[in-house]
Amino acid sequence: MSEILVLVDHVEGAVRKTTAELLTIARRLGEPAAVFFGSEIDTAREALKHYGAERIYVLDSADLTDHLVAPKAEALAQLVETQQPAAVLISSNAEGKEIAGRLSIKTSSGLITDAVDVQAGDGGVTTTQSVFAGGYTVTSTVTKGTPIVTVKPNAVTPQPTEGAAAEEAVDVEISAAAKTARIVERRQRAATGRPELNEAAIVVSGGRGTGGDFDAVEAFADALGAAVGASRAAVDAGWYPHAYQVGQTGKTVSPQLYVAAGISGAIQHRAGMQTSKTIVAINKDAESPIFELVDFGVVGDLHRVLKSATEKALARRS
Amino acid sequence: MKIVVCVKYVPDAAAHRKFNADYTVDRVGVDGMLSELDEYAVEEALKIRDADESGEAQVAVLTMGPDIARAAILKSLQMGADSGVHIIDEAIHGSDSVATSLVLAEAVKRQGAEIVLCGMASTDGSMSVIPAMLAERLGMPQVTFASEVTVEGDTVRVRRDGDAATEIIEATTPLVLSVTDQANEPRYPSFKGIMAAKKKPVEELTLADLGIAEGDVGLEASWTRVEAYAERPPRSAGTIVTDEDGAGADQLVEFLAAQKFI
Ligand SMILES: Cc1cc2nc3c(=O)[nH]c(=O)nc-3n(C[C@H](O)[C@H](O)[C@H](O)COP(=O)(O)OP(=O)(O)OC[C@H]3O[C@@H](n4cnc5c(N)ncnc54)[C@H](O)[C@@H]3O)c2cc1C
Ligand SMILES: Nc1ncnc2c1ncn2[C@@H]1O[C@H](COP(=O)(O)O)[C@@H](O)[C@H]1O
Repeated sequence: MSEILVLVDHVEGAVRKTTAELLTIARRLGEPAAVFFGSEIDTAREALKHYGAERIYVLDSADLTDHLVAPKAEALAQLVETQQPAAVLISSNAEGKEIAGRLSIKTSSGLITDAVDVQAGDGGVTTTQSVFAGGYTVTSTVTKGTPIVTVKPNAVTPQPTEGAAAEEAVDVEISAAAKTARIVERRQRAATGRPELNEAAIVVSGGRGTGGDFDAVEAFADALGAAVGASRAAVDAGWYPHAYQVGQTGKTVSPQLYVAAGISGAIQHRAGMQTSKTIVAINKDAESPIFELVDFGVVGDLHRVLKSATEKALARRS
Repeated sequence: MKIVVCVKYVPDAAAHRKFNADYTVDRVGVDGMLSELDEYAVEEALKIRDADESGEAQVAVLTMGPDIARAAILKSLQMGADSGVHIIDEAIHGSDSVATSLVLAEAVKRQGAEIVLCGMASTDGSMSVIPAMLAERLGMPQVTFASEVTVEGDTVRVRRDGDAATEIIEATTPLVLSVTDQANEPRYPSFKGIMAAKKKPVEELTLADLGIAEGDVGLEASWTRVEAYAERPPRSAGTIVTDEDGAGADQLVEFLAAQKFI
């Protein structure tokens, strides 16, 4: 069976949930082989094995980690050349898509970005994408080269299965040309103790309607074990950091439950949350467009509703 | 210094966007505009030009698209760009990102540029891959998704707010740069700008002018194929309650419990 290369997304060796999802998808298509860039394979090994990696290619070089995307694309292209995989799967985040874009040109291979599903199909893979702010679903295939697909978070539920995890250290030659954009400083974001926004099963977001006070939003999120998000209006006002913005120019989330509090539901916000399974909104304006999307809506003051709902949710838990 | 800004004409996100019979995006039958995210790229280019001490910096905007895509160039010229290049050719219809990057790269080579500026994504395709592909094809460094840009001589330094960390990235020109909507506040065209734009040069180029074979672009040359598309069924109407005497919270919690979220 042919290999399916999965580029591992990790933070200092902590493997992200999206990688477990990619390994799960890879099993539908062939034999999952993880590609790990960096020096922390000891931290990552168990997780990769646990989600079915039959093989792990380890590329440990400062050339790869100290520069922006170009060296990573070059290294992957060399692996594609030597291993001839049936497909390459990469997480659909900014860096992943850029690596994929370069890899596509380098290997003369078709590229599909932001897939929400990938299945084995005639002559390769068939992907599903959600386009125009979730208004359409499109199914596509790759007609040239090695299919390169970037996959959005929450495309599948990760299924554990032990893989052989045969490890192979790979040396690659990185050209001087690929090392021209240097990362001169890196500040890791402080952990909040809450789940990652684009991995969370539940997201509670606040907008302009919070008036700048996110306490009720955060308390409700914590009662549900949820991640906290924000609209751009709330981010632009300086009430919440940009890393938590949901929407076209922020994160795209697709949780089981999305709660929008004091958010009107502008098209750019919808673009980042419309594929959520269940949508709930609290808004004091009954005419607000967000109510067109909801499974359940409360017309009322968000501070009051969330404060009381938090108490009730916690009471039910105990 | 020459700055080339790649700008795209896109269907208005607020309008009803749709597909053509050949599965390509309908760019003609709906209202369109300069992609809002490319306004940030134009603004950044104007700022870099205006801060350039030689006073000889020039901003050219480049678009590939049908006749009406000229509107994207015009808006950029009204904001203050100096000239425009419009690549227009029947054969381009249906080009994917691979073909688009090929055409844009050849056009950039023809112009010559120290800085190639792009938006962080187009508001229709939203692939965010063109800047990386351009850098690959041009053999230039890429500094993308910049939330803050500083240019000093031939050194460009940017802040990139990534998923897990904030990074400072440095590279020297010539390079490809893309900016996010955090980078600046795009200006509105002034009356003077609108009048001046009418006299600014816009060059129209065909594939032949760029030495690109027709067979290398367009729908047929695409390395991916759309097999089918479906309009998402409208969400079934949800339950909406009004919070009176605190009942809203009770009903919300009941709903969440019934769905097993609590
Ligand atoms: C290029 C571009 C990119 C963009 N990208 C994004 C993006 O990524 N994400 C994003 O979110 N937006 C984005 N936007 C902005 C978007 O168009 C909207 O302006 C934004 O989403 C509005 O945020 P909001 O809903 O919080 O604020 P508003 O639209 O002002 O809505 C606030 C809502 O709160 C309600 N409210 C007020 N007080 C209360 C209260 N006490 N209790 C309950 N409800 C209350 C009001 O009724 C109102 O519906 C983008 C715009 C552009 C042009
Ligand atoms: N047809 C086009 N003409 C000019 N520039 C484009 C075109 N398509 C994409 N771009 C540029 O590439 C950026 C990213 O686009 P995309 O990769 O399609 O999301 C845009 O913000 C533009 O700067």
